Amino acid sequence: MTNEILLSISGLQKAFGGLIAVNQMQFDVHEGEILGLLGPNGSGKTTVMNLISGALQANEGKIVISGKDITNLPAHKISHSGIARTFQLVRVLPDLDCVENIEAGLAYRTKPLWGDAAHAAALELLERIGLAKQAHTPAGDLTYIDQKRLELGRALALQPKLLLLDEWLAGLNPSELQDGIALVRKLKNEGLTIIMVEHVMDAIRSLCDRCVVMNAGAKIADGTPDEVLSDPEVVRAYLGDSHA
Amino acid sequence: MSILKPDFIKPVGIGAVIFAALAFLPSLVDSYYMSLAISIVSFAVLATAWSMFSGPTRYISLATVVFFGIGAYTVAVLGEVLPFPLVLVCAGLAGTVIALLVGFSTLRLAGVYFVIFTFGLTELVRQVVSWYEVNVTREMGRYVFLDITQNDIYWQLLALFAVLLLTGFILGRSRLGFALRIIGEDETVAKHCGIDVTRVKVALFVLSALFMTLTGAIMAPRWTYIDPVIAFNPMLSFQVVIMALLGGPRRLLGPLLGVVPLTLLFEIMTANFPNHFSILLGCVFLVIVYLLPGGVVGLYEKYSAPKKRVLATEQNAKPGGNAA
Repeated sequence: MTNEILLSISGLQKAFGGLIAVNQMQFDVHEGEILGLLGPNGSGKTTVMNLISGALQANEGKIVISGKDITNLPAHKISHSGIARTFQLVRVLPDLDCVENIEAGLAYRTKPLWGDAAHAAALELLERIGLAKQAHTPAGDLTYIDQKRLELGRALALQPKLLLLDEWLAGLNPSELQDGIALVRKLKNEGLTIIMVEHVMDAIRSLCDRCVVMNAGAKIADGTPDEVLSDPEVVRAYLGDSHA
Repeated sequence: MSILKPDFIKPVGIGAVIFAALAFLPSLVDSYYMSLAISIVSFAVLATAWSMFSGPTRYISLATVVFFGIGAYTVAVLGEVLPFPLVLVCAGLAGTVIALLVGFSTLRLAGVYFVIFTFGLTELVRQVVSWYEVNVTREMGRYVFLDITQNDIYWQLLALFAVLLLTGFILGRSRLGFALRIIGEDETVAKHCGIDVTRVKVALFVLSALFMTLTGAIMAPRWTYIDPVIAFNPMLSFQVVIMALLGGPRRLLGPLLGVVPLTLLFEIMTANFPNHFSILLGCVFLVIVYLLPGGVVGLYEKYSAPKKRVLATEQNAKPGGNAA
């Protein structure tokens, strides 16, 4: 990747009481790439996502997007600097219908849409993520997959430069997984930069340009999917010493 | 904003006709019924203002009487010094300043902590005013002798209620109102959608407090004598919560459905069981929270459209129920 650096993270540290969840994390994300953030459960991936999106405040370190320091800004300001996210446990606005869920993403972004313009844009986006028929269904009544689509739609409504997908493909059946992978690839082709936390190996191999692997809060590998997945340190982190 | 659309003009037009008709009430009924009408309209303003903030955010506030009392006290202090419209402006300013302070310092609290804080605030303000009266003015009570008739009070409250409903109606169609609904659904999502959650909550808390303060100011001349125990009676906050919950705090006209029957019930209770009022109030509270968690509006929605999800308002009712 020769593209410019979009997001740069250095010396990132987060402790919960005595537990150091993220320890001196450091990596860059280039414009237009999909970066996979991997690691065993509890290795700190979601914490890193929460630090980037402003859901949590870092103890130390620096997060810079397009040259702008966003470390420890409140979440709504980080959203205004071009970062949108989905959540590990899907979060829709259950009592609002699908159109309103998308409008939530449209109405408060840097270039807000409201009223008829927002309604039209929301319907268009629902069409794009395949939820046009459920436009007036309360989000809480959707199936799990459709809630995931809706959550992605809301993130896209923010017109982000960088999209954070936290296990967005988890829990899909094989055919839905293929649809999901195709959708993410389409977003990449449209020029979106994506960081994805993921356990689904098929998705990682087919989507990610580069992977960062974490264990116990620290980075243990950084490279193409094939490189990191054959790295003895990574195998040891996932499977234990006897397999390395 | 799409202000001149038929779906805006029609409800506002109907509202205007109803309020114009209500303005003729004093020429139709005697002073006992006027007094009852004043109670109903004042509770209608308080419960609707309370719901404007607490309905969508589900923050149960017991600070209603703080603002109501501040309004009443402003009139007691300034009533004979300034013309009445200016006194109302001062009351509004005082209420706004206190609401800003309270808002910025407490709206980061969640759930039951917020409920307890607002309840404690009532006591705090009452004690501070008492301390001031005892140590500085050396007079515990104040007289409010103003040339304002019962009918004047009624008309002022009616106008205030009309303004409040119009504000609520516009708010319901505005980005600010939508932001508040999103916050009520999921505060974390709201933040990540780019909403400055604290500012939205404080803005609505202040707006709601402003209407409560003005109600207190308009009602003050009715008493002729006030002291901190009368002006900052926490019972009022509970009454307002019960009324709003009975009616349904998530619709603009919902609280009104609780205000009318409960004001009449309270009237009967105070007339017939003056010594057992608190106990009966508590029973009413429990019955409402257990039997009608979504309020009258919720009941209507449940049976008119069984697919609609009304259970969400249950969450709304519980913290208040515990506080009783």
